[in-house]
Amino acid sequence: MLDTILSFFKKKESSKDVAKERLKLVLIHDRSNVSPQFLEMVKGEIIKVIQNYMEIDEESLDIQLTKTNSEDGERMVPALVANIPIKGMKNAGR
Amino acid sequence: MGEVIVITSGKGGVGKTTTTANLGTGLAVQGKKVVLIDTDIGLRNLDVVMGLENRIVYDLVDVIEGTCRLKQALIKDKRYEGLHLLPAPQTRDKNAVTPEQMLKLCDELKEEFDYILIDCPAGIEQGFKNAIAGADKAFVITTPEVSAVRDADRIIGLLEAHEIRKPRLIVNRVRADMVKRGDMMSIEDIIDILAIDLIGVVPDDENIIISTNRGEPAVIDGKSMAGQAYRNITNRLMGQDVPIMDLNVSEGLLSKMKKLLGFKTA
Repeated sequence: MLDTILSFFKKKESSKDVAKERLKLVLIHDRSNVSPQFLEMVKGEIIKVIQNYMEIDEESLDIQLTKTNSEDGERMVPALVANIPIKGMKNAGR
Repeated sequence: MGEVIVITSGKGGVGKTTTTANLGTGLAVQGKKVVLIDTDIGLRNLDVVMGLENRIVYDLVDVIEGTCRLKQALIKDKRYEGLHLLPAPQTRDKNAVTPEQMLKLCDELKEEFDYILIDCPAGIEQGFKNAIAGADKAFVITTPEVSAVRDADRIIGLLEAHEIRKPRLIVNRVRADMVKRGDMMSIEDIIDILAIDLIGVVPDDENIIISTNRGEPAVIDGKSMAGQAYRNITNRLMGQDVPIMDLNVSEGLLSKMKKLLGFKTA
């Protein structure tokens, strides 16, 4: 039901709104590609926060900007995917 | 001391050369000493848009390699006092010029001219790097299309990486009727995405093709809408407060546009 309503509204969306939406998404990806240091910065900050609570394997930590299906499954959206192996919990987390 | 402005876009065919020709002519008509440099080595076109193609003897690379003196290569436009063109060579490679040589040339020209406008080639490689090397300011041209806005965003990032701060935006080929019915991104939409200051909006106007056919920039044509838009940009460039042209867009949008611009500081 909700899908039907959503698709009804979608058809009425003007082509400039479609253009704007697509541009915004593609630019998120483009802009992150411009500086490779960007992900390193994000990575460093995430490690700092998580280390307050858990012991993590910094060596095999992997962070990527990729695309994934949106919740309605109809288009691709950018996503930050982090794979952080945990070695153990710290006392503060208990 | 003059000012060096690079006119760039990333994407080809959005109106860099036309804009360079029109702004340069507009400034000269206002009594400024102007030189236009075509940096599109191998694919020069500013000469034909200006109607000066038959007067080329020497070019940019001749100057840089010392084959001739700078004065010899500058073509004086006989129609507009103070307007000069330094054409690009048609048979050389982009690597014939380095950014350091361009910077030196721009510094030299600044001594004598009020404005040095650089017509940048499409792309982000050597030609782009040469074109921006000596620039104090940059105007980024886009059209209301996804591909052109995307490339403009990339160019803005690269300009900032090369420490050319606060580039200003020209949106070219706007069609008010399409914006009105929601089939073209509005100026507001584009500014929202690119987050830079606007210096002008140029409507889609067939007079541009007609004037290019004749080799006479539209800026001198009193009846051309695009010509009026270029005259407005020229005046803003010279520090005047000129409102953005009414392209028959709805009132609300236009007033929002004006608010966004804040031309007091321009």
